Amino acid sequence: MRDLSLHILDLTQNSVRANATLVQLDITVDERKWITIRITDDGCGMDAELKERVLSPFATTRTTRKVGLGIPLMAQNARLTGGDVTLESEVGKGTVLTVMLDGGSIDCLPLGDLAGTMTTLISANPDKPDFVLTCKSVKGEMLFDTRQVRQVLSGVSLNEPEITAWMLSAIQEEIEPIFGGVIL
Amino acid sequence: MKSLAELEAIRQKTLERINLRKDDENERVRVVVGMATCGIAAGARPVMLSFMEEAQKRGLSHVTVSQTGCIGMCRLEPMVDVYLPGKEKVTYVHMNPEKVARVVAEHIVNGRPVQEYTIGATEDKE
Repeated sequence: MRDLSLHILDLTQNSVRANATLVQLDITVDERKWITIRITDDGCGMDAELKERVLSPFATTRTTRKVGLGIPLMAQNARLTGGDVTLESEVGKGTVLTVMLDGGSIDCLPLGDLAGTMTTLISANPDKPDFVLTCKSVKGEMLFDTRQVRQVLSGVSLNEPEITAWMLSAIQEEIEPIFGGVIL
Repeated sequence: MKSLAELEAIRQKTLERINLRKDDENERVRVVVGMATCGIAAGARPVMLSFMEEAQKRGLSHVTVSQTGCIGMCRLEPMVDVYLPGKEKVTYVHMNPEKVARVVAEHIVNGRPVQEYTIGATEDKE
């Protein structure tokens, strides 16, 4: 993956496939430039055995399509900076995936097009789940919540072309002042 | 969210367009982009966003863009299937935003698949 936003797109699709109704995506950059990416879903969750397996790239049988390279690739890029990936999950409750990276490390990937990632996720899954994005840095914070968008749209689908175009520019506009000059 | 007021205006415009659209399922064009780990790593996201942008620019409201997972030919990603009503599925491989513009203009608008980008043309070469 070329940037963090592509990892986020890949990993968040696990939450969609886990049949979540709400997926929260929190991205925080602290004053030491450490980046925390947390993906929280209320999907089907994983048992201890599957949880171990998704962390390992090779201990997989090709018939179980739930297991892939998504998390191992993210973990590799996090560890290159001195960070790591942690996974908490409970069957029937959901999953929390936390990625920590040192944004000051020369090996840290750039954030990339986060607005493009959100728009892709939302327009491909217009009915379910809802997505909540929060971004935070020393410069401020933003929140984008598809439940609010849905309320305004009252019945118009989230993947109508005008709506996705609005989403792309609205998210972009709000992220820029927070991460611009920090990790962008 | 700051621009929710703006969204309300956009909603009105969208509603007007939806009401004008002849919502005949038989007329719909479907574009399906491979978006598993392999597809994303190869550049599927800009490909999908370009299809959505081109469709909006040209006012092609009968085009639906959606995603699918990995179909096992990761080396040919980004892959895109285009379904025109009453025609056979056309599979494009190694896609990028420039190729998307041509596929939209020649295939989706004018009904002539771009042969050189299809899986058939690529497999013959290799």
